[in-house]
Amino acid sequence: MKRFLAELEAMKARLPAGHTSSLVMPCLHRIQDERGFVADEDIAFLAEHLGVPRVQIEEVLSFYTMFRRMPHGRHFIEVCRNVSCSMQGSEKILAHLKARLGIGPGETTPDGRITLATAECLASCGTGPVMVVDGAYRERLTEDRVDAILEELS
Amino acid sequence: MATEKRLMTFEVTDTSHTLAAYRERGGTTALAKALRQMKPADVTKAVCDSGIQGRGGAAFPMGRKWQVVKPDDGQEHFLCANADEGEPGTFKDRWILENAPHLLVEAMAIASYALGVRHCVVYIRGEFDLAYRRLEAAVEEAYSAKLLGERILGTPFSCDLFVCRGAGAYVCGEASGLLSSVEGKKGFPRNRPPRLTVRGLYQKPTVINNVETLSNIPWIINNGAAKYREAGTAKSPGTRLISISGHIERPGVYEVPFGTPFDRFVFEDCGGVTGGRALKAVVPGGISTKVLTAKEIAGLPMDHASLSAAGSSIGSGGMIAIAEGTCMVRLLQVMLRFYHHESCGQCTPCREGTGWMHRIIDRIAAGRGEPGDIERLYHVAHFNDGMTICGLGDAGGFAAEGILNKFGEEFEYAIANGRTRFGGSLP
Repeated sequence: MKRFLAELEAMKARLPAGHTSSLVMPCLHRIQDERGFVADEDIAFLAEHLGVPRVQIEEVLSFYTMFRRMPHGRHFIEVCRNVSCSMQGSEKILAHLKARLGIGPGETTPDGRITLATAECLASCGTGPVMVVDGAYRERLTEDRVDAILEELS
Repeated sequence: MATEKRLMTFEVTDTSHTLAAYRERGGTTALAKALRQMKPADVTKAVCDSGIQGRGGAAFPMGRKWQVVKPDDGQEHFLCANADEGEPGTFKDRWILENAPHLLVEAMAIASYALGVRHCVVYIRGEFDLAYRRLEAAVEEAYSAKLLGERILGTPFSCDLFVCRGAGAYVCGEASGLLSSVEGKKGFPRNRPPRLTVRGLYQKPTVINNVETLSNIPWIINNGAAKYREAGTAKSPGTRLISISGHIERPGVYEVPFGTPFDRFVFEDCGGVTGGRALKAVVPGGISTKVLTAKEIAGLPMDHASLSAAGSSIGSGGMIAIAEGTCMVRLLQVMLRFYHHESCGQCTPCREGTGWMHRIIDRIAAGRGEPGDIERLYHVAHFNDGMTICGLGDAGGFAAEGILNKFGEEFEYAIANGRTRFGGSLP
C-alpha cells in the first residue's frame, strides 16, 4: 500500500489542513479498485496514515454497500431492481441471469467467474433496464443483450 | 411564457463535455465576470434576486440559504455540491455531470467566491462511472486552465475543489448524511438545529446545493436575475430539468419552464404512454412524492405551488409515468423494499417502521394480506412522519399514503381475494 502515499499526498493538497479523515472513502475506493476488496492490512495502513481510529474505518466498511471485505468473482454484475427498471422488465432480466448462471443475488458461480448482485436506483431510469458490469453501466437490456454481455466475460 | 433553455442549450456530442467545447458555447465567462466585476455580495444578491429554488427536492430558496453564511466572519466556510443523485426515477444531474461537467465546476468556483469558500467539495454517487470520469477530467482541465486552484484567472481568489465519491447509500443524499460521509464516517444524518449553514462540514458554516441548482448560476451571472425570472412562474422562476421514465414513449431528460402544463408535457413533449395504453398515474418528482392520477394532472401547471396544492411535490424532478393495468400493490412493494433497504438504522421509528411496512406489503402482494393491513400501513406511515432525524422514514410513508389514498381499492381486492387485481404486472 506504500505506493499510494504519493497519491494520498496529492489528494490531501485539495483538502483543508487537518481534515484527512475525508480521505477515508477515497482511499477505500482506491484500495478496493486495485485489490478487489479491503483487507485487514489495508485498514491498519489507513488508520496509521490518516490518523483515523480503526473502528471508524470498520464502521464505514460495514455501512456502505459498495465496500467489500471479501473478494468476489472475477466479474461483478449488479442489476437494478428499483421502480423504473422494474417497470421496464428488470425482473425478467434478473430471472434470466439467475437461470443462465445458476446462482442468485449475493452468490458466485462455482468457477469463480461471476458474482451476481442487485442494486438500487442507478439514475439510469430513462435507459433501463440497467445493470453494472465491473463498474460500467450496461443499459437498455434485453435477454439477448444480456447473453451477448455474458459472452464478453471470461 | 419564455421557453428558452438555460442548461440544455447545446447538442450532445462526443466532445461536448470538454472545456474547449464549453468555452465555445460561452462557458467560463460568468466566472471571469464575477471575479473581475462583482463583489461576493453582488453574486449573492443576484442569486437571491433570481428567486431560484433548490432542485434536489425541498425547493428551499438558494439565496436564503446563502445569506446565512457571512463570508467575512473570520471562519472557514464550505460549499458542497450534492451529486449523490439517488432518488428513484431521477437522472437529471447525471445528464449535467456527463454532458456539461464544466457548468458545475464553473458554478462551484463562482459560488465559492460569493460565500468565502477556500475548499469546496462535490459529493458524487459511488456507482456513477462515466459521470465520475467526466467530472474528474473536467476538474483537472479547470485546474490547468487556472479556473480552479491558486489565484483563479489571475485574481486574488483561490479555491480548491475536491471530488468525493460515495459508496452506495441513499441516505447520503440527505445533506447532513452527505457531510458525515465527506468527513469519512458512516452516513448518519444529524439533528438540526444547528443548521448546516451554521455548523456543517467539520462544524463550520456549510452550504449544500444540488447539482442542477448550482448549474444555473453561470446563466444568472451572465444574464441577470431579472432575465432569469422571465421563464417560469413568479414563485418558481426559471426552468426545471425533468427526467421522465416508466411507461413513456420518449423517456429522457427535458428542460421546461416552471408552470408548463403537466398533461401537455407528458402527452405532447414525451409522446404519451408506451403502446398506446391509457395513463393510470404519475409519480411527479421521485418516488418520495405522492402519486397523482391521470385526472389530477390534467391542466395542472408544473410548479411548486400548484403541485403542493394538488397534495404532492415536484420534488427532484424524477417523473415516472404509470400505464393503466399496472399493479399498484407490486409497485408499492418495490418502493417500500427500497426504503427498508436504505434506512440507515439510526432512528428507531424509521429503522423498524420501514421494515414493518415492507413486511406488510410483502404479504399483501403474496396474497396473504390480513384484514386491517391497509390501516396498519397508514398507521406506520403516520407515526413515522416527523419522528426521525432525516426525512427518509417520512418519505417511505408518503409513498405508501400516496398510493393507498388513490388506489386503496386494489389493496382491498388483494386482501379479500388472495391475489392482486392486475396479477403483479409492472412492465
